Formats: sequence, structure tokens, C-alpha cells
Amino acid sequence: MVLFQILVFPGVIFLAVFGMFMEFVDRKVYARLQNRVGPPWFQPFADFIKLLGKEELIPEQANFRMFKLMPLFSFTSVATSFLYIPVWGTHSLLSFNGDVIVVLYLLTLPTLAFFIGGWYSTSLYARIGSVRTLTQLFAYEVPLFMGILASALLADTWSISEITLFYSRHPWYWASNIIGFAVSLVALLGKLEKVPFDIPEAETEIVAGAFTEYGGRHLAFFRLTLDIEMVVGCSLMAAVFLPFGLGFGMVWGFLVYLLKILFIVMLLSLARTLFARLRIDQMIVFCWKYLAPVALIQLLVNLLLKGVLVQ
Amino acid sequence: MRPGRILRLVLQSFFKKPVTRNYPVVKIEMPQGFRGKLKFDPKKCVGCKMCMRDCPAGAITISKTADNKFMAEIDLARCIFCAQCVDSCMRKALEMTKEFELGALKKLDLTVVTKDDS
Amino acid sequence: MHDTHKFKIPVGPQHPSLKEPESFSVALRGEKILGIDIRLGYNHRGIEKACEERSYIQDLYLIERVCGICSHSHSTCFVQAVEEIAKVEVPQRALYIRTLIGELERIHSHFLWLGIAGHEIGFDTLLMYAWRDREIVMDLLAALSGNRVNYGINTIGGVRRDIKKEEIKEILKGMDTLEERTLYYIKIATEEVTMIKRLSGVGKLSKKEALRLGAVGPTARASGINRDVRKDDPYAAYAEVSFKVITDDHCDVYARAVVRLKELLESFSIIRQILEKMPEGPVAVKVPRKIPSGEAFSRYEAPRGEDVHYVKSNGSEMPERVKIRAPTLANVQAVKRMLEDRFLADLPIVVAAIDPCFSCTDRMVEIDQIDSGERRVLVWQELRDFSIEWHRKNGIDFSRLNKKLKLRK
Repeated sequence: MVLFQILVFPGVIFLAVFGMFMEFVDRKVYARLQNRVGPPWFQPFADFIKLLGKEELIPEQANFRMFKLMPLFSFTSVATSFLYIPVWGTHSLLSFNGDVIVVLYLLTLPTLAFFIGGWYSTSLYARIGSVRTLTQLFAYEVPLFMGILASALLADTWSISEITLFYSRHPWYWASNIIGFAVSLVALLGKLEKVPFDIPEAETEIVAGAFTEYGGRHLAFFRLTLDIEMVVGCSLMAAVFLPFGLGFGMVWGFLVYLLKILFIVMLLSLARTLFARLRIDQMIVFCWKYLAPVALIQLLVNLLLKGVLVQ
Repeated sequence: MRPGRILRLVLQSFFKKPVTRNYPVVKIEMPQGFRGKLKFDPKKCVGCKMCMRDCPAGAITISKTADNKFMAEIDLARCIFCAQCVDSCMRKALEMTKEFELGALKKLDLTVVTKDDS
Repeated sequence: MHDTHKFKIPVGPQHPSLKEPESFSVALRGEKILGIDIRLGYNHRGIEKACEERSYIQDLYLIERVCGICSHSHSTCFVQAVEEIAKVEVPQRALYIRTLIGELERIHSHFLWLGIAGHEIGFDTLLMYAWRDREIVMDLLAALSGNRVNYGINTIGGVRRDIKKEEIKEILKGMDTLEERTLYYIKIATEEVTMIKRLSGVGKLSKKEALRLGAVGPTARASGINRDVRKDDPYAAYAEVSFKVITDDHCDVYARAVVRLKELLESFSIIRQILEKMPEGPVAVKVPRKIPSGEAFSRYEAPRGEDVHYVKSNGSEMPERVKIRAPTLANVQAVKRMLEDRFLADLPIVVAAIDPCFSCTDRMVEIDQIDSGERRVLVWQELRDFSIEWHRKNGIDFSRLNKKLKLRK
């Protein structure tokens, strides 16, 4: 039973299919906002299957083992992190006190994998892209952590399941986390490398950044990682900031979960449409000058509230 | 300075029909005077070869088939669809149609031969 | 000490940011640009030589295809030169129609530029919307001239087609729609935060530098230089319409965007004036096939700047020499100066801001060595070394100047 849950639902296969479906939603909304038609529902699946069938060309000077290992490494780390996030109801597959930190770090591992993969590709574009990935990590990581941990602070626990349990018991407390939600959403744009923060993969500047030399099934898994990262990130947001409708049982609960994810993905697509890409130095300045102080404010608000409410 | 200045336009477009034309399911007709495929009328040709002289790409070749009857070989791969031959012809034997889907699988199909069979 | 952070990255000839092949070899330290080497010539097709083997009528279509976006500019410039040699009086109606198509081409080119600029900074939404609006102009041009690009409306002695009354109504309707949308895009370019961040302060070119490097067109006008061939040396019907020359003082990419957007508004006004004032009459005069010998030099304000054609004829049906100096050739020298001390992320937008059309640009430079009487082709680097060596031999002291002036092996 547990094997079924880990492998199929809500495990790897469900994540892959759901991730690709969410990529379709993202691309379709992006296209409709630009007055275009957009791809059909099976486009991400077709892309994945096509990439699996393509030839892989690995540069001669690249480190073969690292090159081939990184896609699988990043894929497994994001898939693992989903085990700790509650989908419907307030229980995730596995949980323990401190798993919000584990999930956040498991989400950092793909970024590291992109860096290593790009660096060991030895192509100039890939190196610039991979260095940009790490630089971007230094900018958005702190606001993202602070936003999520502020919500955890109010719930007085480090376990995501317990956080959702706390908020479902005290329904209106989630309103105190609105600032944190906004901050985390902007930082999530940075983690998922979407415009305005798609600097590591800037197509018009460095071809494809860290993915320049990747092709064939390695690229397929990298793209799948990005999709699953989007789903996992959005699920984390939904679990920590939008914890309502959790008492409905499996089918209705799943529907509520689907609606929450759709809402967050649509917000991400809207952000993709509205802005131009920032430069890396502008992004760091923005994150440290504006985003981190606002996250600090959220932390303060939650601390004060905690002091008041503990009574 | 406002972030997201394009928001209003973007949200309006979300609820409108997309502007994409569903070609090839929906085919739009080209405007009058569109310079598409060349059409040759062998009955009007007198064989002066002014079109051959003025063609920038050497796409049209007029040759004699019988007494006072001429045929034209138009190489669609060379034609640049400028319609200079239409202007140069004094008998109005050439005209441009609206056809623009001129792809072919064999190079030989791109040479259009028009002759008077009567 | 060996600096391991310095490396050279090739942007081009094939690169997603360049729409046409050009080689920019960028020396980087991290993200900072230390220097650029520009090499042209990847799109050279030998058009100038090909013109010498075709008659004037055939050359008309060949010259039109030098560039797809500014095709009418090249065609009109050439035709003006030939008409000057042949001393033909072109009818007024033909001049007005030429101006109309020229301004429609300017509109389509500037919308194309807006989309490309949006794409280079990652703002794909602007690309989609600008190119959607560009379709209105393309459909108008297709109805007027028979094709969406390479209009072929010029002939020696006038134009080939006339405009009908229904088409005039369509044009005016199109202008109204486009004007409303252009005003909206001006608001976006001047108020959207991310766009301002990416465009301002980038690619600065002071007025003195622009004059020294020979910048033309919107690139020069964005540095405050008031130069527009339509006003300085009016051709076609420009002497009879009133319009403003748009300049801006910011001297950076933001200024270039604003100059182009405001030029669009001027184009709408010019087209409305032309359609109102269009005189009746014939659209072409007959010009003999053999053009008398002579030479002429003609200028035209293409959407990218000043386009210069020189035609020399020798009394036969084919020209003896045709020389084309496209505006991008004058602007591309400025790119090196604009990108000093900037980031790699600025390179695509700075190159896009001069509105590069490398198809027009590629010509070869031949240096004639006067002493030995032999001719050889020098690459830019060799030319530079040669000139430094020559100046040193003649006693010029470089020690007070920039230390970068060293011979490179």
C-alpha cells in the first residue's frame, strides 16, 4: 500500500502527470493572456516523449558522470520532497517535526543540480548560466524561507502537517500571513526561474543557460524536474498559506487542492506575462532591498500576534 | 512608475477570442491585386520576349511551338513574383493570380508549362 | 598573474538574440564586458556586383531585396538616383504614393522593432501585442501593393499602381486603430518598472560620441542630434507635409525606444496629410531604357537611419557602379562604445536598439597600399595595428593616452 502511494499516487507517476498538466495550464494561460491560442493539453507529454527519443550529444570535455547524474538527482529530490506535503486533509504520507525545513532544502537541491550540471558541461554559456543560478539562489532563498517560516512560527511547529492542522482549527489566522504569501510567491518565481527572474535561462543572452549542452532524455528529465518543482512549490504554498477546506475527505479534498494549485499557477502565469526580465544585479538589489524587509515585517507581525494570542 | 502596467490589456485579452487565424483550417482570401502565381494566356502572346528581357530572375522562357503560337515555361522556383513581366507585356498575356500555396514535392513540378493546344 | 575569471564568449554568428548573423566576440570577466570584437560579412551576397550585370529595371527588384524590412527605402533611393541621372520629372501623384508606402513601411518597421526589443529583454507579451498590431499594416500593404514585404511599387519614372478610394478609407481606419495602440505602448514603455530598469542607463552614447562615430537615424536622434534626411534634404513629397523631428536627450536605449514610438505618431499624421492632399494625375512617365551617362547620389530616411545610394551610369542599359551604404553600417561602430563597462545581459538589447539589419550592412573594405602599388584586404585588427605603427614612426607619442593602445599580435 505504501509502495503504491510512493510510486503512483501521490508519488512519482502522479507527480509527473500532474506536473505536465500544470505546465500545460501555465502555457495555455500565458498564451491566452497574450491573445494567442496556446498549446493543446497533450503538448508537455508530447514534448517529453519526443525528447526521450532524441540523440544525446555530450561535449568531449564534459564530465560524463556528473552530466548524466544531475537530471536524475534533481528529479528524485523534488519527488521526495512531495512526500511531506499534505495534499488533501491534514496528513502527508510521512511527517515529523522539522519537515518544513527538510522540504525547503530538498527544493534547493535541484538548483544545485542545475549548477553542477551546467558547470560540468564546460560550455561557456552553460557556465555563465550555472553561476547565475547560484547567484539567484542567494537572492531569493532568504525571503522564501522567512515567508514560509513566519507561517510556521504562528503555528508553533516545524511540521507541515501540524501547520495545516493548526490553521484548520483556527480558521481566520491565515489572514495574518497575506504578506508572507505575496513575498513567497515572488520568491517562488525566482526558484522556478520564471520571468521576471528567468535570468539563469535567459534565452536571448546565453542560449539556454545551464541546459545548453543537454539534449535527449537528460533534458527531458530536467524539464520534468522543473514541472514537478512547480507543483511541489505550489503545494507548499497551498498547504502553508491557504489551509482551508481540509476536512472534506479524499475526493472533495482533492478537488479543493486542485483549485488552490490552479489559482497559484494562474498567478505565476500572470506574473510571467506582466514583466520583463531583470538583470542579475538588479534582481539581487530588489530581493535584498525590498523583499527581505517585507518578509521581516511578516515575521514581526506573526511574532506579535503569537505573543498576543498565546494569552 | 507602475509595475504591471500592461495588466489591463492582458486581462481583457484573456476573455476575448484569440487573434490567431486557424490556417490551414481557415483560409483567408488574398486581397485584389495580390501577386501570386503567374498565369500565361498563349492566345494573346506574339513572341516579343519582352517579359524574358525584363525578368530579374530569368524565370520565364518563351518558345515557339508552331507558326504564331508560343508557349511559356515558368519556373516557380526562380520567380520572385514581382509582376514586372505583367507590366512589360504589351498584349496583356500575363496576369498574376491569388494563388500562393505553391509547394511541391518534386523540383520538376515547379516548372509550369502553358501552351496553346488548339 | 593569470586572471582565471576572464574569458571570451562568442555571441554570434548564430545566436538566439541576433536575428541575422553577425560575430560579436565578447571578452568577459564574470558578467562585466571588457571589450568586444565585431566582425561583419556573414550576409554578404554580392548585390553591388550583381547590379552591374542587369538592366535598370531588373536592378530595381534586386535592390529591393537587399533587406526585407526596409525594402522600399532601398528601392526608392535607387530609383531617385536613376531618375536624377536621366533628368526625369516624376509626376506628383507618384511622389505622394511613394511617400505613403514609405511611411507605412516605417510604421511596420517600428512595430517590428518594438516586438524585438520586448523579446530581447524577456518581455514576450510586448512582442506578441506589437506584432499583432503590425498585421494591420501588413494587410494594408498587401492590399495596396500586392505583397506584404518587397512591395515592388516603384518603377523608373513613377510607381506601378494607383490607389483606389476604398483603400484610402481602409488606410485611415487602420491609422486610427494603430494610433490608439501606439499611445498605449508609449505608456507601457515609459511607466512599466521592469522595462525602465532594463532600458534606462543602458547603452549610453553621448552627443559628442554619436557625432564622432557617425551614428544616424533614431540612434543619433536619441542622443539629441537633430538630423533627419526628410527635413534636411526633402525628397518625394516630404517638402509638402509638416511633421516634427523627434529627438530625446537621455542618450540611452530608453531614449531610442521613445524616439521610435513617437516617430510612429508623426508617421500617422504624415499619412493622413498625404491622403488629404494627394493630387490627381498620372502615376508614371515613360523613361527610355538607356539611361544617359552621369552619376548621382541619393539619400533616403529609412526606418533605421540615412540610406545612401550612389549610381554611375555609362549610357547603356546596365549601370556601371552601384554603391549602397546602409544605415546599420554607420550605427554598428557605436555598439562597441555603448557596451563599455556594461553587463552581458545588456548586449542583446543594446544591439537590438540600433535596429540592426545586417543584410543591408555587409560590404567589404579594400585598402590600397599606396607605396607598393599592391592591393590587399586588411582585417580591422591589422588596419589598427598598421595605423598605430605608422603614427609611432611619425613621432606621435601615445604615452599620455589610454594604455590600451598596444599592438596585439
